[in-house]
Amino acid sequence: MSKHLVIIGNGIAGVTTARHVRNRDSEMKVTIISKESGHFFSRPALMYIFMGHMRYQDTKPYEDWFWAKNRIDLINATVQKIDADHKSLLLEDGKTVRYDTLVVATGSKSNTFGWPGQDLPGVQGLYSLQDVELLEANAKNAGRAVIVGGGLIGIELAEMLLSRNIAITILIREDAYWNNILPSDEAELVGRHIEEHGIDLRRATNLKEILAGEDGRVRAVMTEDGEEIPCQIVGLTPGVHPNIDLVQNSGIETNHGVLVNEYLETNLPDVYAAGDCVEIKAAMEGERSRFEQLWYTGKMHGEVLAKTITGERTKYERGIWYNSAKFLDIEYQTYGFVSHQPRPGETSLYWEHPEGRHCARIVYKTDSHEVVGFSFFGIRYRHRVCERWLREKRTVEYVLENLGEGNFDPEFFKQYESEIVSKFNLQNPGANLKLKRRKGLFRRLFA
Amino acid sequence: MSPIQIQKPSVLHRHKDFTVLRRSGLGLFLLGMLVLIGSLGMSDYRITNASLQASEGKISTERIQLLQPLVGQHYTSKFAALEAIEANLRNDAAINDYELGVAKFWLLKNAATGVLRGNTVLLFLLSIVLATIGGLLYILPQSREGLPGIKNNGIWFNSTMARGLIGILLGGLLIAFYIFLYWYPYYIVNLIILADPMSEFIRNLPADQWFFYGLLYTLTIIVMGVRMFVKYRHSRYHLVRTASVIFFQFGFAFMIPSLLERMNCPSMDFKNAWPLNYSFFMDWNLNTLLSSGNLGVFMLVWGIVLALVVVPVMTYFYGKRWYCSWVCGCGGLAETLGDPFRQLSDKSLKAWRIERIMIHSVLVFAVVMTTMQIVNFVSNGSLFGNYTWRVNQWYSFFVGAAFAGVVGTGFYPLMGNRVWCRFGCPLAAILGIVQKFKSRFRITTNGGQCISCGNCSTYCEMGIDVRWYAQRGQNIIRASCVGCGVCAAVCPRGVLALENGPEEGRYREVENEL
Repeated sequence: MSKHLVIIGNGIAGVTTARHVRNRDSEMKVTIISKESGHFFSRPALMYIFMGHMRYQDTKPYEDWFWAKNRIDLINATVQKIDADHKSLLLEDGKTVRYDTLVVATGSKSNTFGWPGQDLPGVQGLYSLQDVELLEANAKNAGRAVIVGGGLIGIELAEMLLSRNIAITILIREDAYWNNILPSDEAELVGRHIEEHGIDLRRATNLKEILAGEDGRVRAVMTEDGEEIPCQIVGLTPGVHPNIDLVQNSGIETNHGVLVNEYLETNLPDVYAAGDCVEIKAAMEGERSRFEQLWYTGKMHGEVLAKTITGERTKYERGIWYNSAKFLDIEYQTYGFVSHQPRPGETSLYWEHPEGRHCARIVYKTDSHEVVGFSFFGIRYRHRVCERWLREKRTVEYVLENLGEGNFDPEFFKQYESEIVSKFNLQNPGANLKLKRRKGLFRRLFA
Repeated sequence: MSPIQIQKPSVLHRHKDFTVLRRSGLGLFLLGMLVLIGSLGMSDYRITNASLQASEGKISTERIQLLQPLVGQHYTSKFAALEAIEANLRNDAAINDYELGVAKFWLLKNAATGVLRGNTVLLFLLSIVLATIGGLLYILPQSREGLPGIKNNGIWFNSTMARGLIGILLGGLLIAFYIFLYWYPYYIVNLIILADPMSEFIRNLPADQWFFYGLLYTLTIIVMGVRMFVKYRHSRYHLVRTASVIFFQFGFAFMIPSLLERMNCPSMDFKNAWPLNYSFFMDWNLNTLLSSGNLGVFMLVWGIVLALVVVPVMTYFYGKRWYCSWVCGCGGLAETLGDPFRQLSDKSLKAWRIERIMIHSVLVFAVVMTTMQIVNFVSNGSLFGNYTWRVNQWYSFFVGAAFAGVVGTGFYPLMGNRVWCRFGCPLAAILGIVQKFKSRFRITTNGGQCISCGNCSTYCEMGIDVRWYAQRGQNIIRASCVGCGVCAAVCPRGVLALENGPEEGRYREVENEL
């Protein structure tokens, strides 16, 4: 009889595991269990449902027939208990599901820090489909929202509420937006853009408590400075943490997340974990364990895990870091490592457009001039080209001269590469770099 | 402790608010449309010797004679007038339905009298011009509201754009308009009369339904093109592309043919390539061109060069977009008037299957018809004879009018803005085959940045599931892609780019490094 693979969670990690297992093994029985939604949808697209850009069905990357056709069984239920000894799961309706191989891909949960009033009606996080439904209810008759936490989810929530003409205040702990990740030039650029949208961005401001009105709903927030900000919605978005509720007391080892090794194996045989919920143990003494809570890492976990499950035990290696996001109207892409604070031995070239909606940073080693990271705001760059430059350890001079090769903006868009090169020449007396490669229509035509 | 009032104003107050101006614009637009529809009842009809004479050249003298008994008759209802005209024309047993329709149209149009005839210019200003101004007033202030960038907020909550009641009514109105335009133009002669002064000014000819339609079509592309300029003001690809479709519609589809008519030359839309231009090889057109001296020969040669050389060569270099979303008239309307409806196209695999069957069937139909036309022309009608004429009739009815017109535009608010281009256009089918097998065009996917959100697929007017490719890191090369560039524009992670490049490796799973 063919083996039964059961995956808990139908997010990107669980679904990628299932799809790739099916690609590699047409025999294995594959089941995905999720309570959140009947079918796989794109979590980063949740904001667009609320904004009216897409309907829920538009966020599903595969049509509903896809699962039956590929013999991936879907169960829409909550798993109540993992019985690892008997390799079986207990569902909410009392049914049990037997497995031969188990993948835990339960995702994450919104962080809260025990603020007084954080459970009041009108206070919420943003992570799941249910959160969007809740926001829909909370947004009715709301005049102002206060968002606590200025990360990527916070800015998405702000954009969502902005689309409904709800006034917004964002409280951030740092002195500039996302300054624990972005260098201050970029953090300030984004901060200005946020304010340009009419959002009230409160820097270095901490939440003290959330106040209830007579109706029992949120009425206002109180900051640590003693300021009371009236509002009808409070969005708590200070990040997420692995969702390990189900796994605790099941015999599967956990810390902050489900503990796995580099093969995404847990302490129990035939039990694996992938995606947001994992904590990858340090490979070497002195290193820290890793959390990877990104869309693409979830996808990569799934791809690697599918190999292991189908008999080709494979180590998870993320490769060169990259990421992207969008802050209201400004797109952001980063490749390699750009530290939020200058690191010793590194120099960075920063160029910003006078209009303040485009900028680029190239970080390189001061001695060898080897490039270690890029970040771009308002300009699109090619992933594979940047990655190749990093892998080949190209110097900043080489990269700058060939910068046009990496441009990924649409045709006819204004190109800023020559300005970036000029900035370098200005900063480095004696340097006289010339942009050799422009991204040009005519070059394309006859290439 | 008293609550501290928030002084910082919200976005609504920070940015300029043009709500009043925009609402007035919408009001003026609707008023103009109301006058336009109202004009249908603004005439009565008096058949006189002069009105009959005015129809000479459109109808034979013998048939005009048949109307003599009606001279002096006055009708307040167009239906009564048409009934009387038809009854008299039927005395000629040889008259066919087509000729009957043409005769009814001109006889009724020339018999119209009353408020409309007396105030044509004024009513033209109060209807079409007012609607144009209203439309622009509604659209232009948006460029000062908010910041540039993709703003698709609320589209799926909007009754017009999300197939709600207004959308369905709008679709019904468009469908009704096309049915009258193609098959019952004599019921809407009053609309056509509104275009008379403009037609006389440009062409030195009275307006027929096609001039009226061309005028309306061009104005629509201009006004909704301005909307594109505003909506995509951050995206130069769309600014240039929209300028291009306006230029080709205004210059090539509207002005040049009108001026040719003014000069009594054979008329031609020089960008309208066979087989979209399905009447090019019809015997009457070939005869006209061959009997019109050097200009006629030039038109004949150009029409053939356009279809056989320009279309494939340009498509090799730039993909199908050079035509479908930069030049074509149908594409021009779809990319302007149709833009608010692009999300309504069906993205399912099933729709893709139906699309391939339908569009290639129409292509086969068009090729068979054209072959018959040419063989018949060369053999002087000895080979297929009357069958050619009948096949032409079928094609004109089912494909030319019903599909391209009624369904093509009438279904914008129901099935998206590219129904004709996707399921029916035989030229798109040819361009698609070139694009798929021999072209430098592709949409490149940018590495691993895709988050599978689905904006690209949702806003693909051709119903391509762009996300399917993007999330696999695969280039998108689909026969149907018209290169509108909206998938790349709506992508929140900078994953997609329209590119021309070396053919080699175009289909690679992993994206190209150009």
